[in-house]
Amino acid sequence: MIRSTIEVSANAEDHHVAKMASLAIGLSFVDAAIPLPIPGIKPGFANIVVLIVLERYGFKTAAWVAILRVFAGSLLFGSFLSPGFFLSFCGAICSLFALFFSKALPGSYFGAVSKSVLAAFAHIAGQLMLAYFWLIPHAGLFSLSPFFASAALLFGTVNGLVAAHFLESEKVEDVPPVPIQ
Amino acid sequence: MMRLVKPGDWIVILLSVFFVGWLFAKFWHAGGATKVLIRKGGEVYGEFNLDRDRKIEVQGPLGVSLVVISKGAARVMKDPGPRQYCVRQGWLKHAGDAAICLPNQVSVELMGGRKRYDSLNY
Repeated sequence: MIRSTIEVSANAEDHHVAKMASLAIGLSFVDAAIPLPIPGIKPGFANIVVLIVLERYGFKTAAWVAILRVFAGSLLFGSFLSPGFFLSFCGAICSLFALFFSKALPGSYFGAVSKSVLAAFAHIAGQLMLAYFWLIPHAGLFSLSPFFASAALLFGTVNGLVAAHFLESEKVEDVPPVPIQ
Repeated sequence: MMRLVKPGDWIVILLSVFFVGWLFAKFWHAGGATKVLIRKGGEVYGEFNLDRDRKIEVQGPLGVSLVVISKGAARVMKDPGPRQYCVRQGWLKHAGDAAICLPNQVSVELMGGRKRYDSLNY
């Protein structure tokens, strides 16, 4: 076998990011499998992983997981570089912005639920903006915004609760912060 | 459950509920008007979309009535009639709303999904 001339060395952190991203991708398949009445509305379970990673390993790692999830997920779904991919990418970037600024909220009063809800709103706002300026420049698009926002509130809360539950149970078990094989 | 949701989270959720409510009030008009129907002398002068802002001049027996469409609403801006009832009607927003400039024989009516009653009798 010819050895590859390109050497990519991955350190423990890279492996960790990859693992978390693959978990997130798995959860986006769960999303896709759940039928929902309005196209464009998804539970976004993958964001549970992002929220947990953000809380335990910081913003940079969470950003890696979120963006890798969009890229690798779209390759698996076959939607890479399609409008859906750009919408999802734009949503991910906007919600990362929201998560970045949500760090400023005092942690003793605001938990994963706040972050999740804020990120969900940022996600849908970014997607609507991109859809408006790029795909459908018609004001009628915003008539859908109440439904998207309701979904963002509902699923943002649910995902935040799930993330908070995992973060809470991890605390009790006192798992070491970075599990490296 | 109580441990998972911190006090600030409740505030965020509450504000979000208000925000969603505001979005519904602002952007969701079930049965909202979509078109403007302008009649002149009892005959249809034209049907115009409410989405696009524009000004329409309708020539009647007394002179020109100016109809303006802006931001999803329409109104008669100028009319040569003596009493100016149709101008004072202001912006028409809902399907079924109408402004009638009788002297100049021009009427403006909003059309849309669901028409509200224009008269009831018992």
